[in-house]
Amino acid sequence: MSEPASALDGRSRKGFVDLAEAGLRGMITLRGDLSSPAMKAAVKATLGTALPAPRRIVTAGDRAVAWMSPDELLILVPYAEAGATLATLGTALAGQHHLAADVSDARALFTIRGARAREVLMKLCPVDMEALAEGEIRRTRAAQVAAAFWQSAPDEFTLVSFRSVAAYVMDLLETAARNGSELFPA
Amino acid sequence: MSTRLSKGGRLIDRTKPLPFSFNGRGLQGYQGDTLASALLGAGQVLVGRSFKYHRPRGVMASGAEEPNGLVGLGQGGRFEPNQRLTTTELFAGAETASQNHWPSLEFDVGAINNRLARFFPGGFYYKTFMYPRAAWKHLFEPVIRRSAGLGRVPEARDEDRYEYAYAFADTVVVGGGIAGLAAALAAAEKGERVWLIEQTPHWGGRAVVDGVQIAGDEAEIWVKNTLQTLGKMKNVTLRSRTMAAGLYDHGYLLAYERVADHTPGDGRPRHRLWRLRAGRVIAATGAIERPLSFAGNDVPGVMLASAVRDYVVNWAVSPGDRTVIVTNNDDAYRTALALLDAGLSVPAVIDARPVAGGALPAAVRARGVRVLEGKGIAKVSGSKRVTGVSVCEHAGEGTELEAIACEAVAMSGGWSPVVHLWSHCGGKLLWDEARAMFRPDPDRAPTGADGAPMVRAAGAANGWLEAHEVMDCAHRAGGGKGSCPGAVAEEEAPMLPVWIMPQGAGPALRAKMFLDPQNDVKVSDVQLAAREGYESVEHTKRYTTLGMATDQGKISNINGLAVLSDALHQPIPATGTTTFRPPYTPISFGAIAGEARGAIFQPLRRTPMHDWHETHGAHWEPVGQWRRPYCFLRHGEGVHDAVHREIRSVRNAVGLLDASTLGKLLVKGPDAGRFLDMLYTNMMSTLPVGKCRYGLMCTENGFLSDDGVVARLSEDTWLCHTTTGGAERIHGWMEDWLQCEWWDWKVYTANVTEEYAQVAVAGPNARKLLEKLGGIDVSKEAFPFMEWREGTLAGIRARIYRISFSGELSYEIAVPASEGLALWNRLLEAGAELGVVPYGTEAMHIMRAEKGFIMIGDETDGTVIPQDLNLHWAISKKKTDYLGKRAQERSFMASPERWRLVGLETLDGSVLPDGAYAVAEGSNANGQRNMQGRVTSSYHSPTLGKGIAMGLVRHGPERMGEVLDFPTDNGKVVRARIVDPVFYDKDGEKQDV
Repeated sequence: MSEPASALDGRSRKGFVDLAEAGLRGMITLRGDLSSPAMKAAVKATLGTALPAPRRIVTAGDRAVAWMSPDELLILVPYAEAGATLATLGTALAGQHHLAADVSDARALFTIRGARAREVLMKLCPVDMEALAEGEIRRTRAAQVAAAFWQSAPDEFTLVSFRSVAAYVMDLLETAARNGSELFPA
Repeated sequence: MSTRLSKGGRLIDRTKPLPFSFNGRGLQGYQGDTLASALLGAGQVLVGRSFKYHRPRGVMASGAEEPNGLVGLGQGGRFEPNQRLTTTELFAGAETASQNHWPSLEFDVGAINNRLARFFPGGFYYKTFMYPRAAWKHLFEPVIRRSAGLGRVPEARDEDRYEYAYAFADTVVVGGGIAGLAAALAAAEKGERVWLIEQTPHWGGRAVVDGVQIAGDEAEIWVKNTLQTLGKMKNVTLRSRTMAAGLYDHGYLLAYERVADHTPGDGRPRHRLWRLRAGRVIAATGAIERPLSFAGNDVPGVMLASAVRDYVVNWAVSPGDRTVIVTNNDDAYRTALALLDAGLSVPAVIDARPVAGGALPAAVRARGVRVLEGKGIAKVSGSKRVTGVSVCEHAGEGTELEAIACEAVAMSGGWSPVVHLWSHCGGKLLWDEARAMFRPDPDRAPTGADGAPMVRAAGAANGWLEAHEVMDCAHRAGGGKGSCPGAVAEEEAPMLPVWIMPQGAGPALRAKMFLDPQNDVKVSDVQLAAREGYESVEHTKRYTTLGMATDQGKISNINGLAVLSDALHQPIPATGTTTFRPPYTPISFGAIAGEARGAIFQPLRRTPMHDWHETHGAHWEPVGQWRRPYCFLRHGEGVHDAVHREIRSVRNAVGLLDASTLGKLLVKGPDAGRFLDMLYTNMMSTLPVGKCRYGLMCTENGFLSDDGVVARLSEDTWLCHTTTGGAERIHGWMEDWLQCEWWDWKVYTANVTEEYAQVAVAGPNARKLLEKLGGIDVSKEAFPFMEWREGTLAGIRARIYRISFSGELSYEIAVPASEGLALWNRLLEAGAELGVVPYGTEAMHIMRAEKGFIMIGDETDGTVIPQDLNLHWAISKKKTDYLGKRAQERSFMASPERWRLVGLETLDGSVLPDGAYAVAEGSNANGQRNMQGRVTSSYHSPTLGKGIAMGLVRHGPERMGEVLDFPTDNGKVVRARIVDPVFYDKDGEKQDV
């Protein structure tokens, strides 16, 4: 048996915020009719959460469900539980037209932690950070690649990108967070 | 000589002297100086040479409108040409060098052009194109090329870094003068999110220099208090050193922040480009003073009156002991007062108006200064420096009445509102006859998405020149109700429009009246253009180069179009203005590139095995944004040798290819089979679970778009492999059809390309290698060709496809990306005794060509249909429809005349040049040799020991054995025989063992 390796092996860096590749996380793309009772029941039964409203992420402990599009959710669970979660969902949605795919290995996850975390995102993502609602997941781009992020704790954002561009994203974050480049220096 | 005054200077800190240099000479300025004020303070009036005639040039303005003061700044990785002296802050150690002269600024050989000026009239460049024909190429072009251009191009890599930032605001106020501050305050008090940006490091604009009183106090106090108030408001962002470069649709405003130009090398980004989304923009961008057109108005020492005032008040710089003021308005008298207050001499104020009876002239007269009414300047004496002026009747032709000795001339021809931001997005202007200016037409503002005006002009930018009007306008522009703090300044009498001085000047004087001092465009040039038939201001601009210099004509355009109107005998609004285009002043390329340089110039996609490849000799090939190993170089090995070694290893033992980049798209649902039958030319709905099938996808125009192996994973789920470059495109293609056309079909797709690391294990020893890893039965009986199996291989969750692109016994193993490197290493360890080698894309390409397999992008180019490639076997005859079917039935697509795929073998065994054409008899209507085919892929096959190729040839498959001629670049003709495109293992025995 081998130990699964995340794209950057947990690389981290300190700038005017703390940056880290957050390691592996179980992720499932779930597509289906989000308005159907079966979908609501399946998510509730599998993850213990309600369906998120559009552009929102619902977190319950180490699990979360994010709204990605009118017919797509992203489910986050501990890495080792992705297979079991997929199986449970498959059972719960049997007979319902849906698609559930394990994408745990197709993604890279980053945490941006610090009082100025927003400033790092402001340099890379065309997002109105002041208008970001509580519990909002924002699909956007980070410079030249697709990304999504949400506020995962006070002063902490989690950003997700495709795995193949993990090094690019980490380089971007490190560049944007270099000391001296604060957008609103005190 | 200009010099530094012993006291005063509101912006300089005399306790912080800063050393700098000009053309290698050590000088000193103060903290708070611009390069212009520091040079003038150090007595350096001559700062450069003009573009065309190489005339001596001195600083004329004090801000963004400066046409002359451009220098090369810095050294090596921080050198930049054409830096504007008036907008560049002085810093310790600044190295500046003047431009556009040889051998030196003081003695410039190119100044001969000045003597020859009558041979370089307006439109000179264009005339050189016309006649004689040969002269452009052999005479003018080489000469102009050498003498044109201002600064030197930087040679070293830029040491600085740059970045973007995104921000959003209800209101962005541009300009930090009293108008901008008042507008921002009004908007902020309503609770709006407000950004207030100012291009200079200082707030307050002109009012703080001009002695305006606001709310009963000096403007400076009001500015300070207002800034404090705004600074405390959470909904307000203040940003100095930030210039609004351009305004675009939907309130998209580019703002250029010069973060560290004044502190180079301190580790901060040099420039930051703010990409602001503004609900609305308030342009409080002020106004720019116009020069007057009199002979010699370009001699160093002739400056704008407002600039002279700025240098005295802000930086304690004397432009010279004696300054003559020449004006057509009252405002310039403020300059006289400022000079007198500084203890300097004003020999006379020359006022073109018949009567100067306002409060300001009265105040100047009261200080004992002569005011010469109805007079003008006939000419300026001096060449590198003003030595005096000749006074004449403004109404006359320029007869000298009196000579006045002086060191400087302060001129004012009135003011032009800065309407650039208003105009960038379509705002229109109107001509204000009374004030002789173009100002924003409030009825024709640039509009936003809702059709409402998205820009309001405030203060001087809206044409209001008196302080109380400015404050009132700005307060209302910001949305303020009621009255605003009252502003008081001396009342001004009306100005008199003056476009040339004296108004009756003859040709000799007009040929010395400069409109555009940077590009050397004179009144006579514009008049000549009009005589030559140029009526449009846009054409005249390009013909004469008026306003085309790096200052974009900020001080010259209005005077130029007024002269043109006069020459065309039409009113100024009939001539109109040229187009105001972003950026307002030049911004750096670094700021435009942002963070995208070096390692993050472009995203690089990496497979899980990328780093292993990197450390094991990978010679990279870009494939989309991925890098794939072209081959793996061993120590001392060349690329060609490595590729051939890899092929021999695969053909004789076993090789590993990192195929992770291949697109992998999941398609699932009750209608998935039906959907895939439409997407692919062949049947996918009938594919049994557990099996694989090769398929082709066409566009609706019939052309082959992508190919790959499809595996049926379950009753309602298929996995479609695409080419590396096709993954995102084909996924988008699928979603396009599902969302826009077949929205009622029950199908979901997901792009799972990056979920898996995929390794092709190919070669006669492939089965042995997988058996060593253990976990899945890979025997011929248990796992036949074109099937897939799932299980655990070497302890790793894996799905294996028995497919072959090399023609050998081959398995493609997909594992979770997180375990891709582990699998790769296990395969290498276990395969060592079986002769395993990693191989790259070139070996893959050659091996597929040996097998006659097509490659998307080689055999296809967007004009090729599957039938051209003899792929009829992969086109279903049973299906009533698929994307491209109808197109392929059209007469020219079904024509037997189409070029079709064949193999090509040179008679001498050499390699055909890729892309070479086969010639036919005769020539076409254009007199070109007729063609009958072309090479699509061509390689040396190490397996066969000779050159092999594929190509598309007219009637190709019916012409087996014929020999074609392929002329090559060097005039030689390569002869090649048409053969079967399958060169190796025609019966496919090796892949099915």
